[in-house]
Amino acid sequence: MKSLSEIETVSKRSTKAAGFSWGIAEEVGKNSRMLETFGLSGIKNLNYYFHIRNNKKFEKLNLVSNENKKTKLEFCPIIAGLSFLDQVRSLESFKEISFENIGYPILFLPFISRASEVIGKKLELKIDNRIFLLNYNNSIYSNSLNNGIVSIGNIIKITFQENKDSFTEKEWNDLYKLSENTFVEETDSLKQAGAGAGLTDND
Amino acid sequence: MNVELRDPNIIMKLSRLGSFHQSKLSFLRSFLKEFKDWEYKKDLFNLDEFGYGEAIYSFKKNNRVYSLICFANKLNENERSDRVIATKWDAAFTLHDGVPTKKDIERLKNEVPKQEIGRLSYKELTLSRANKSVRVFNHVVESLSKGIQPDINLLSKVGYLYRTTAVYGSGKFGLADRFRIKNRKEIYGPFRLEMMLVYLVRQFTFDQVNHVAKNKNPQKAVNLDPEICKNLGIGNSTGLGMAPFIVNHPTLLNNWVYAREMALKNIREIKNIKAAHYDLFKSCLKKSIKNITSWNTESEYQQKKIKSLLKDLNIFIGFLEKEFDFSKKYAFNEIYLWLEKNSEVECIEYVVSMMMEPYDDIIAPLINKMSSEEEKYFNIPTDRTVSQLRVILEDRYSKILNIDFSKKENNQNFWFISKNKEEPRLADRFEENGSDLEQPLAIARDIKKLYETLSLYKNSSTIDKFLAKNSDLRHVVRRAFIIEKFPYSEIQDNTIGKSIMPIDMLRLKLSFFGALKFDPRSDKWLRICMFQGAPLPEQLKNYDDHWVYNSLN
Repeated sequence: MKSLSEIETVSKRSTKAAGFSWGIAEEVGKNSRMLETFGLSGIKNLNYYFHIRNNKKFEKLNLVSNENKKTKLEFCPIIAGLSFLDQVRSLESFKEISFENIGYPILFLPFISRASEVIGKKLELKIDNRIFLLNYNNSIYSNSLNNGIVSIGNIIKITFQENKDSFTEKEWNDLYKLSENTFVEETDSLKQAGAGAGLTDND
Repeated sequence: MNVELRDPNIIMKLSRLGSFHQSKLSFLRSFLKEFKDWEYKKDLFNLDEFGYGEAIYSFKKNNRVYSLICFANKLNENERSDRVIATKWDAAFTLHDGVPTKKDIERLKNEVPKQEIGRLSYKELTLSRANKSVRVFNHVVESLSKGIQPDINLLSKVGYLYRTTAVYGSGKFGLADRFRIKNRKEIYGPFRLEMMLVYLVRQFTFDQVNHVAKNKNPQKAVNLDPEICKNLGIGNSTGLGMAPFIVNHPTLLNNWVYAREMALKNIREIKNIKAAHYDLFKSCLKKSIKNITSWNTESEYQQKKIKSLLKDLNIFIGFLEKEFDFSKKYAFNEIYLWLEKNSEVECIEYVVSMMMEPYDDIIAPLINKMSSEEEKYFNIPTDRTVSQLRVILEDRYSKILNIDFSKKENNQNFWFISKNKEEPRLADRFEENGSDLEQPLAIARDIKKLYETLSLYKNSSTIDKFLAKNSDLRHVVRRAFIIEKFPYSEIQDNTIGKSIMPIDMLRLKLSFFGALKFDPRSDKWLRICMFQGAPLPEQLKNYDDHWVYNSLN
């Protein structure tokens, strides 16, 4: 089994060898490590993407807008992902960002996961019928167990998830009430001595 | 009194970093301290009469066990080489996480002796190999087999029976990634398991030499005197493989140097020095002189440094004895300021290390802060502005920005990875091919280029827009935002200049390991000695923390 350190190093070097700058290669190295940690096929997709790239051109999306329409060429997942990561703070106001035709979109995913951590919000990434919920770069929830190569994402949507509770106030209160059973009812004497400040802490 | 931390623009110059010495912060000393209460055992010693076979040593505490598995093999004279291009060694080692099963040992027997072309698993933590100092090893075997102890003078000159030539960890060749073990309290300090491997290898060398001598002459042979063992360490040959590490791990480098600088600052701020503390400082200082007088090297570069160190130290000791009064306020600050005025950097840094000796209370908390969560600082804060980045560069790289890279001598060399051994190398850009595959280690040059490119952008422009057009500078933009938070994270020198001494980069790292007796064999590789004078495993429970200065050598 390859270690994550080996995965990162080989991904970084191969990205540089494929013509990207060292700074971008460093990013891709971290991304491959992350994908493989989460059980997604980073090495497989990167390998195929670099092979295809020898004979096929990809569009570099340097400036991301809310709607990124397809051009004659598919978008490079690395440049599109990096642009999204770098520009995420200004993109946040759009609530939803769409892309058409990103090649090898699994390579795009880790940038979005990292962007989720940068802005402190969950991001939902839809790649055609695959859905990924990216949780602050700590975990990924997905309906897609396909662990193979995804050569293109035709319609890609990123939705910024508002930071809100996943439960109702009533559910919270029920649970809170139960948690109160770990507290001790304070007598006057406990009120005086328990916290050490007496009945008043004002000077 | 508030003493300022020393200026990174001065401290992070290579000539200064290349003058650092071991100290109480060094990893091999903090390793011994952490593991002194662990149970040490020799679990297996299955060598033939010539010393070939397997051995296992372990450290155990509660449910945690670390096992060193040793494989000693026959090696022909013409196959023995310390260079990284070697493919066979006298012995090969791995540190296994837990107690190895028979199946593990069989698996490792096939893989460990192959080193870089073998495959390890997540159950192994570190990997190394070593060659005998044949001259010393054979002499010791001959002597012991005749029932006599070996010539101490010969042993002193070399200092070890074996030299390791690389110690690998952190995921190399399939070894366990650091994330699997990083939360273990006993390995909070950097390189702790690498230090454990080297320490246990040292014990193996003693056991092996005794075993071979005993088999050579069972009637007469004696064991190597434990006092002699104690004064032998493990050698190490180190080349350029180590140099890029300190460039590639900026926050880690910062944390090492910052710990040293904080220690010095705290010591200089002590108002009244206790008698026991200055006595200990003076005692360590005086005893340590024999580590310098027994420091053998053929390198003129190093000889000059040793000569200057010895001269300065003698003057300094004279000053302490005849002129200095430790009862004055902030005595260590006075000493430091005197050194700045009267000594070369080699001596200044030597005494800085020595000042730490009495102060466990200052040093111990700093040791736990010498690791780094590097991932936390990887993302570039792209909402910052060009003007903010420019200020960081002017503030943190002021000397670097004065270098003229259009001059050939400032652009002379390039770093690359050799195809046959995947090891870092340095070559002349104007003489050799391959500079198109240069590694991103020319930080000074690229920082200067970043600074020049920034001048083409509006002050208010944000970094995301800058990066969209300048991806070739992304690696140094990242570094600039790291150095903003970590002032000691960057070497403040030109790592591709004509006059670079790569061994300064090696010495910096090795001094933090705790190495002694740096012996440069060229400007690109050197030999050192580790654990010379250190307690033997059976003595760990109750040992003198200042053993470094009590060596007989």
